[in-house]
Amino acid sequence: MEMLDLPAHELRDAVAGRRVSAREVAERSLVRIERLDPRLKAFLTLRKDAALRDADALDASIARGEPPGPLAGVPMALKDNLCTRGVRTTCASRILGNFVPTYDATVVEKLRAAGALLVGKTNMDEFAMGSSTENSAFGPTLNPWDVTRVPGGSSGGTTAAVAAGLATAGLGSDTGGSIRQPASLCGVVGLKPTYGRVSRFGLVAFASSLDQIGPITRNVRDAALCLQAIAGPDPRDSTSASVETPDFLRDLEAGAKGLRLGIPKEYFGAGIDPEVASAVEAAIDVLRRAGATTQEVSLPHTDYGIAAYYVVAPAEASSNLARYDGVRYGLRAADTRGLLSMYEETRRQGFGREVSRRIMLGTFALSSGYYDAYYQKALKVRRRIKDDFDAAFGSVDALVCPTSPVPAFKLGEKADDPLQMYLADVFTVCLNMAGLPGISVPCGLAGGKLPIGLQILGRAFDESTVLRVARAYERETDWHSRRPEVAEA
Amino acid sequence: MKVDPALVDHVARLARLGLTPDDRLRYVSELTRILAYVEKLNTLDVAGAEPLVHPFEGRNVFRPDAVQASPPPEDGLANAPDRIEKFFKVPKVIE
Repeated sequence: MEMLDLPAHELRDAVAGRRVSAREVAERSLVRIERLDPRLKAFLTLRKDAALRDADALDASIARGEPPGPLAGVPMALKDNLCTRGVRTTCASRILGNFVPTYDATVVEKLRAAGALLVGKTNMDEFAMGSSTENSAFGPTLNPWDVTRVPGGSSGGTTAAVAAGLATAGLGSDTGGSIRQPASLCGVVGLKPTYGRVSRFGLVAFASSLDQIGPITRNVRDAALCLQAIAGPDPRDSTSASVETPDFLRDLEAGAKGLRLGIPKEYFGAGIDPEVASAVEAAIDVLRRAGATTQEVSLPHTDYGIAAYYVVAPAEASSNLARYDGVRYGLRAADTRGLLSMYEETRRQGFGREVSRRIMLGTFALSSGYYDAYYQKALKVRRRIKDDFDAAFGSVDALVCPTSPVPAFKLGEKADDPLQMYLADVFTVCLNMAGLPGISVPCGLAGGKLPIGLQILGRAFDESTVLRVARAYERETDWHSRRPEVAEA
Repeated sequence: MKVDPALVDHVARLARLGLTPDDRLRYVSELTRILAYVEKLNTLDVAGAEPLVHPFEGRNVFRPDAVQASPPPEDGLANAPDRIEKFFKVPKVIE
């Protein structure tokens, strides 16, 4: 078996036990990237020499007998909205095209401390706004299962890289589904932790009450391992929760027996692809046979999720993105007359279409005369959405449903119709509105070739149960071990 | 909600976002269509609902009032598009 296709935890043990050197792992990862990435375009920036230097330092420290970290020697890809000291961090935007952070995000510091080999920064929808990775100023990433299709988004670069084995694992961010939906479309595991579980310090802000960083991996154990490495309170992020970080591996193999699973009926309604529905129903059967009990539950405000989300998220984005003014960092338009014209021209040139659209939408929703009718209204619906989950979790331990209503769609298929693109998030946004954890795991292949994802949703700070259900399903099936064949460009 | 060019201009000015004539036309139709969808929220009675601004509410976070190291000024200026000595340089603000 190709070394890079090993699960992260096995690769780590091989490096820790000096059966293989970190140097060799890093070299293999970089060679595979060099060979396949011209086709997939998952990476925006590579840390070639730096990753090799890190690998040599790791090998030397293991040789000295120092204890290797939990991700020692694991090649990882980072979404390009995570700040990396000395390495360009663009958010796939022209406005940050030349931005080189002077500090590391907390998650990046933690991955380094865990011994991960950070091989590069990955493509995304600009500022994480999108569901296909087509809204990148640097061009789209392609789905490794079918290069005429999108990998999903906005963390499409990391998911494509992990699916194609360019990296063993990676990090994305999830504001309305941006980890889970691309994981579903690329046939990998994507975990969105509870809001506050992982520090957002150094994550370029999109919508601050919704954003959360999480792992993208090829199996559930690796997702637990990565979450363990990045979780925990952080004095530099006041919204990181002061709760204890449990051992996410402890109950991982506890199985489905005795768990009560809810099936939200609103997640199987109109618009869902029949193959997706039948794959998810089959997956629920697998969990039943493994000992879980199931019951139908209702999340009655699901149908209002997209409408509320596309007020709240753009409103927060319009405020967060006010910082891009051409003064302190990023692009500044040349040849403008006066300060106001410098702001307006910088932002016109620097932001792509979708980002500008959301700034407009959010500014409108927050503006005098419309604030109550749009923003406040959406926040009240957000309350109802959270109440729906609270009620459901009164009688079940986790919810199971599809991640995306459809498998990967064609490049360009929804690119000219923003509303159609927004509707791709129909099964993912409500979880962010409520701040809860969720995971997507592979559960089928539509037409024998396009991945389908099973989504498992949990209570606040109960990632352990989410991971346990996901692992209980994974043990009984082998969808997670299917890999795409990617031809060289 | 009918979005007209004057409203687009007003919002763009609030957002400090420059517009081309094409952008203005595009926003009239796109924002009208998106807001028409968003207005499904009006079919819902949420009169008694408390707005949920943030997933974890009513929590304040303090740190000890102790001096901590801050990043050096050079770090802050490292990405500046234009600067003079230790300052960001911008176009003239007052004519």
